Amino acid sequence: MTAPATATATTTSGPGQPAGSLAVESTGLTKRFRRQVAVDGIDLAVPRGSVYGFLGPNGSGKTTTIRLLLGLIRPTAGSHSLLGQPMPQAAARVLPGVGALVEGPAFHPYLSGRANLLRLDAADRTAEPGTARRRVDAALDRVGLLAAAGKRYRAYSLGMRQRLALAAALLAPRELLILDEPTNGLDPQGTREVRALLTHLAAEGATILLSTHLLSEVEQICTHVGVMHLGRLVAQAPLAELRAGAVPRVRVETDRPEAAARVLRELGMSGVETATETATAPLGRLAPEKIVAELVRHDVPVRGFAVVAPDLEEMFVSLTGEGFDVSG
Amino acid sequence: MSVVEAPVVPVRRPSTRLLRSELWLIFGRRRNWAGLAILAVVPTIIAIAVKVSPPGGGGEGPNFFASITSNGLFVALAALTVELPLFLPLAVAAISADAIAGEANLGTLRYLLTVPVERVRMLAVKYTAIVIFALTATLLVAAVGALLGLALFGGGPVTTLSGTQLSFADGVLRLLGVCVYIACGLAALGAIGLFVSTLTEQPIGATVAILIVNVLSFVLDSIPQLSWLHPYLLTHYWMNYGDLLRDPVSWSGTGQGALVAGAYALVFWTAAWARFAGRDVTS
Repeated sequence: MTAPATATATTTSGPGQPAGSLAVESTGLTKRFRRQVAVDGIDLAVPRGSVYGFLGPNGSGKTTTIRLLLGLIRPTAGSHSLLGQPMPQAAARVLPGVGALVEGPAFHPYLSGRANLLRLDAADRTAEPGTARRRVDAALDRVGLLAAAGKRYRAYSLGMRQRLALAAALLAPRELLILDEPTNGLDPQGTREVRALLTHLAAEGATILLSTHLLSEVEQICTHVGVMHLGRLVAQAPLAELRAGAVPRVRVETDRPEAAARVLRELGMSGVETATETATAPLGRLAPEKIVAELVRHDVPVRGFAVVAPDLEEMFVSLTGEGFDVSG
Repeated sequence: MSVVEAPVVPVRRPSTRLLRSELWLIFGRRRNWAGLAILAVVPTIIAIAVKVSPPGGGGEGPNFFASITSNGLFVALAALTVELPLFLPLAVAAISADAIAGEANLGTLRYLLTVPVERVRMLAVKYTAIVIFALTATLLVAAVGALLGLALFGGGPVTTLSGTQLSFADGVLRLLGVCVYIACGLAALGAIGLFVSTLTEQPIGATVAILIVNVLSFVLDSIPQLSWLHPYLLTHYWMNYGDLLRDPVSWSGTGQGALVAGAYALVFWTAAWARFAGRDVTS
């Protein structure tokens, strides 16, 4: 694995912004398990109302971070707040407004889906007992599980279990949703439904922190992105900013890439790379049409010409390395 | 699901919903029905066996078998005596082992904690449910025994261990007292179970550990050379319920037993809290 490029973490919370404009904020949050540092001094900043894509390879510390945020595990160092209130001190006040899905669904196998949700509702002292049944059925309906509400949980498929966990996260009105891979195990139809649901919830004003390794999910619904690698937050920015910051490259297709490269260098471009049938270089401030004209003037046979912005996947790989290894 | 402008502090009200949910989880589970059925089988077997071949009498300790033919209530006492060393502790061990380890094993612990259920409240509710189960299991054995006994052998005045006669109503009252006393001891074992349950994510392992504690306590109590240790053993006082069947009632033994049970419950509940309050939940 190559070493990760250390990108500058751009937070959206300037010093001038009022406190409480962040739904999730952490300072130097660190968790060390025996020998291993699972989460290494991360400064999360999730603005209210955003859909924050929390990206990272398997084992990069996403789930540990989520457990830290929810107060399930205690940090070795650092602090954090949810909805402007310090955690874990304010857990009893804050958590009723937070819906969470942590490391997959977990329910009592011999209870029905509905009975499982009723149990969670019974545990919530802020929930109105009289409306429990109605709210449970509304949550089940919202994730398309109402028809299977009376079935035992053990008979559910993985997708149905995932839906039930989502329904649990939506049992009460939530200001913040912390969802760990919510579309895991869902079929394509279910994935689309969940994305639509999340978009809808975001439109209603909920803040969503969404851990995932599906980049398409991030591109479709996220407004902000944070990238974890080896326990560190290697990038954090609004998605648009991350895109704008990405350097577009020109890509010339030709059977004489060396000649093309020479022309590009003469134009003052640096970082020119050649392959068997292409030459590429960062665009810089040059007008693309001028490059084409120069190439043609120097008799370089141009078969194709494009200005390509790196997609999220390339950015992701450049931040977290190419390897298939899980983060050790 | 709307953005709330000012932070709204949700109203938290005292509620028995979680406790009721716990009880429903315990008493709605088929495994536990099977366990309770086994507990109920013992007085049934005793009643039928004594009916078929009445005992000759004798034996050591409070021998209730000999009295059964004269009064059916003694089936309940005989059954409690037989079940106290193993069956009742086993039932309490299984339930208390499930308390935290069972939820951790399923992963439901993390979701309960994020509801949120404060950890102290979780332990309090879980322990209350364990105590209610211990009392229910004891009463079940007594009730099945008493009903079958009365049906097969009839009721009437009860002869105490001191040889005097009590009215039937007084006899039933004494039997209830015995049940409460036994449940106290089992509740103390349940506190040990709750503590063990916070140490692991394997409920079966926790059950075995609690049973070992129970059996070890009986074993140590039977070694005369360790008599200095006996007053500190939880099970040392369990058989003292016979004192409640004397006339007048001898409170010294049972009072001591209740005190030791209370001390065990307090110490191990506190230990469970100390362990669980700051524990990382990674299940």
